[in-house]
Amino acid sequence: MYPYYEQDWSVLPPENNRRFNPAFNMATIRQAFTEAVERVRMPTPTRLRDLIRQIRAARTAAEERAVVNKECAYIRSTFREEDSVWRCRNIAKLLYIHMLGYPAHFGQLECLKLTASTRFTDKRIGYLGAMLLLDERQDVHLLITNCLKNDLNSSTQFVVGLALCTLGAIASPEMARDLASEVERLMKSPNTYIRKKATLCAFRVIRRVPELMEIFLPATRSLLSEKNHGILITGVTLITEMCENSSDTLLHFKKDSGNREIVPNLVRILKNLILGGYSPEHDVSGVSDPFLQVKILRLLRILGHNDPDASEAMNDILAQVATNTETSKNVGNTILYETVLSIMDIRSEGGLRVLAVNILGRFLLNSDKNIRYVALNTLLRTVHADTSAVQRHRTTILECLKDPDVSIRRRAMELSFALINAQNIRTMTKELLLFLEKADAEFKAQCSSGMILAAERYSPNTRWHLDTQLSVLIAAGNYVRDDVVSSTIQLVSSSPVPEQTYITNRFWESLQVSNHCEDKQPLLQVAVWAIGEYGDLFMYGANEDEFERPTESDLIAVYHKFLTSAQVSTTSKQYALVSLAKLSTRLQQCVEEIQALITSFGSHLNVDLQQRGVEFTQLFGHYKHLRPPLLEKMPAMQISRISSQNGESGGSFDDNSPDVIENGVEGAGNGGGGHSLIESNMNTLGDNTNILLDLLGSTDLSAGGGGDLVAATDLSNSVHKKNSRNANDGGATSAPVSHNQDLLDLLDLDMSSTTNAAGPPTGVGGGGGGILALAIGDNNQTSAASANMNNILGGLDLSGFGSGLVDGSAASIPTNGNDLASMLGGLSGVSSTSAPLASAAAGNLIDGGNLLADLNPTAASNNAALVPPRGPKLTALDKDGLLVQLEPVWGPDCMRIYVTTTNSSDNTLDQYVLKAAVQKSFQLQLVTPSGSLLPPGGVITQEMRVVASSNATLRMRLRIQYLLDGKQQVEQTEVSGFPDQVPE
Amino acid sequence: MIKAILVFNNHGKPRLSKFYQYFDESLQQQIIKETFQLVSKRDDNVCNFLEGGSLIGGSDYKLIYRHYATLYFVFCVDSSESELGILDLIQVFVETLDKCFENVCELDLIFHADAVHHILSELVMGGMVLQTNMNDIMARIEEQNKIVKQEAGISAAPARAVSAVKSMNIPQQIKDIKLPDLPQAIKDFKF
Repeated sequence: MYPYYEQDWSVLPPENNRRFNPAFNMATIRQAFTEAVERVRMPTPTRLRDLIRQIRAARTAAEERAVVNKECAYIRSTFREEDSVWRCRNIAKLLYIHMLGYPAHFGQLECLKLTASTRFTDKRIGYLGAMLLLDERQDVHLLITNCLKNDLNSSTQFVVGLALCTLGAIASPEMARDLASEVERLMKSPNTYIRKKATLCAFRVIRRVPELMEIFLPATRSLLSEKNHGILITGVTLITEMCENSSDTLLHFKKDSGNREIVPNLVRILKNLILGGYSPEHDVSGVSDPFLQVKILRLLRILGHNDPDASEAMNDILAQVATNTETSKNVGNTILYETVLSIMDIRSEGGLRVLAVNILGRFLLNSDKNIRYVALNTLLRTVHADTSAVQRHRTTILECLKDPDVSIRRRAMELSFALINAQNIRTMTKELLLFLEKADAEFKAQCSSGMILAAERYSPNTRWHLDTQLSVLIAAGNYVRDDVVSSTIQLVSSSPVPEQTYITNRFWESLQVSNHCEDKQPLLQVAVWAIGEYGDLFMYGANEDEFERPTESDLIAVYHKFLTSAQVSTTSKQYALVSLAKLSTRLQQCVEEIQALITSFGSHLNVDLQQRGVEFTQLFGHYKHLRPPLLEKMPAMQISRISSQNGESGGSFDDNSPDVIENGVEGAGNGGGGHSLIESNMNTLGDNTNILLDLLGSTDLSAGGGGDLVAATDLSNSVHKKNSRNANDGGATSAPVSHNQDLLDLLDLDMSSTTNAAGPPTGVGGGGGGILALAIGDNNQTSAASANMNNILGGLDLSGFGSGLVDGSAASIPTNGNDLASMLGGLSGVSSTSAPLASAAAGNLIDGGNLLADLNPTAASNNAALVPPRGPKLTALDKDGLLVQLEPVWGPDCMRIYVTTTNSSDNTLDQYVLKAAVQKSFQLQLVTPSGSLLPPGGVITQEMRVVASSNATLRMRLRIQYLLDGKQQVEQTEVSGFPDQVPE
Repeated sequence: MIKAILVFNNHGKPRLSKFYQYFDESLQQQIIKETFQLVSKRDDNVCNFLEGGSLIGGSDYKLIYRHYATLYFVFCVDSSESELGILDLIQVFVETLDKCFENVCELDLIFHADAVHHILSELVMGGMVLQTNMNDIMARIEEQNKIVKQEAGISAAPARAVSAVKSMNIPQQIKDIKLPDLPQAIKDFKF
């Protein structure tokens, strides 16, 4: 009630006692009055200059933000109040704020309002704002199209200029369509200022909407007869764009009616420029309008490309430009550079080309880095056309590798790779290795891969190639791409034995250098692979090169060192573990140490390593007898790499190949060596069956060699082929049965003994184990219908172990089966848990066939496309439980006949041999059968290949021999009715 | 074609940014930042070309720049432009600025950012060279500035006054006047 009354007034000193202070109240009133008057007066917003000062005065980013936010808030409020007097100033401020990186899009509409103003000042700022702030929103563009249309018809040239400039900057396709006719009209304007802008505007319109080119064609005619350089340069730009855009237009310009052909016209302009003497208007450090010259040279290049006549017409002028241009300044070099590019691109005379290459040679020696850069750039573009000319500058180019400038080094490196050939590979590699050692990280990967590729193409001999690979691995360290690792492994594996010994020793030597294990992991990976693979040669083979050999315990100590090192990556440790397992069969004394080391990984924190540890440990225990055959040497891998990239592309192989690789490794992406190997094989052969072949080949389990492998190859086909959901349908499935069975035989895990009671259908079950496993083996993949390769691998592994379980001999295997593959060749297992396996095995025991039927659809639907055309199944013999069936399959070059022999009797047939004969017009090749013993329920498969040299109908005579109870039995039969042709 | 023209100082503060291809606001700022990082770490004695800006264009694009005292002038161009030619163009641009501002320095660019844009738009339009004759550019700029001055000078004063009065909306503003509640204040006087 008494606001100014202080309760304890008596305590206060008189000056603070405001109870009777009228002056105080009067001051309040006066202030209120002033504020009111301020409001009545026109408020003046901060000037742009003052705002910039304020922003610059801000000491911290936060302060600056505060100033900007305050100003933005103010600007927004003026926009809301439709304040048109200060709009221009506010937009200008907003544009400044926009440049500093603050959001300013709320000014878009205000910009449009400004452009609609009658004042030039407003329009200028408005269009500038429109160019800077407008986004691709449709509605705003619609609004501005109207403004532009008005202003394009303005009588002030600068207003028209502004509109054209804005249209050129932000033309959307719709705007371009709407305003193209206006632009075309302005291109014919007598005003040069407008005309040149309209011409460039036309360029942008064509860029956005190429169909609109037609409209502008007539108007381009007069452009080149113009004197004004602004119009000439824009005109040449427009014509260049048109010529690049469509070959029709290019032709149109070349054959322009009458005497105004374009090439002579351009030549005339160019001639005037270089010979016309000094003109102060267009002179840029002594050269007459270099920009126009460059544009014309560029257009000449397009016109003369692959056109002998046009090239002929411009030879002279190019020579003149090349010789008459003053090169002491950058401008002169600009023109020379452009001239050289043109000479290289058109069908120029030989002499002119020599001149051009010489100019480039001069450029390379120029002290100006920019000139050197463009010289390298140009050489890179011309190297494929004229290698020998570029070769002459090789030493200079190699010098550029040492340049401190990254841009120049990069160009020089690319150029060096282009220059490598069989003659200079040794010297070039030496230089590049020096470069690689010192190169930045970003270069190392690219450079090492490039060197490997070059070495692959041009290496003079294996020893040199191996040494180079090793040097690259050492020089590039951890930056090496995976493809280098895999290609090195391939190379080593396909080298002759002495070279393998040699390089393994070299690897071992390089591992001795301190830090190599940690800093050069790709080297480590390759080295341990080689030591594991060729451990016997390395330790006990012929030592021609007098290498110092470590003792076995030294070797194990080194393995121990990096297997326990924290700096070594998981991938490298994976390599090392496999290598160690392999060494256990190569070394003579230290097997216990190896076992101890491997066993210690059984409790490793990394799942993959742990799995390997556990699985390999099994090979020291219950499956001791399997260890030597499982860990046999891998066969030589083929080298014919299509792609240097990590496993992309590659024949008919589908996109799933990376999945196969990545599935097993933790932290997919750094695919390990084994993966890369298989991967590259995929690339090489382009045929998925071959991977299987390799896989099996690497196990070396196949007693029979080639024949078995082929049968195994067929597995993939048969798996693919299994479309029938009903496994018990003997007719549909008996062939795959046999092949799968075959595979099991191949893996030396005989499952026929348990399945014989059920006869052929159960055989399917056994095979079904495989397919079933492939449904389970990689849980992640089953949904992908085309994941067939993956599946087959998984299926293969599981069927092996699954059948082991069926045998009852290994029911306690504490791991999932699908890592057989990882033991075999370093192919990391598809990580699935053991639970599905258990169910798979159980399924196998109970009713493999049905399970197959239930679980198969994924596999069955997988790959209908890959199924080769097959003829009907022919029964050759069905006697006393012995059933021989022939199934012809048309291959690309021959007919394959798969012979399946099943024994449904209670007797065991021994020494089973099948012989076949055909007419003389056919060639027959018999592949080794899958076995010669037919237990009850057993299956033997065999493949025949028949090549026809005439159109005769194939008939075949079969002779089957076997021992029954020690007595020789012979059956003869004749088969006909083979399909004649490939059913299309 | 020129995709963008960027000018920033030695600390990466943008002084001019002009994009001839649409990028949204935040991407524009990222491009400026990235370009600054790429360009600023290069010595003065290396070449003026740089590849590897990831945001704008990719492999077909080059950054071509010149470093003047406190400012970097960076042109981002595609492969259809001559590298050396663009260097010359930067030179022409800077010389034109120098003529317009008489000994141009960073402060001129800061306080006349709009004027720099106007000059640039006479030199390059829609990402293509429009006019390289400095005298011509100067003449056009001066003519335009004259128009602006005319509009701002005496001749434009009446129009401005009219529009100011029009937008005053006096009744509303009088209504808005807030005077302190005098009777209440008087009542509060206690003698």
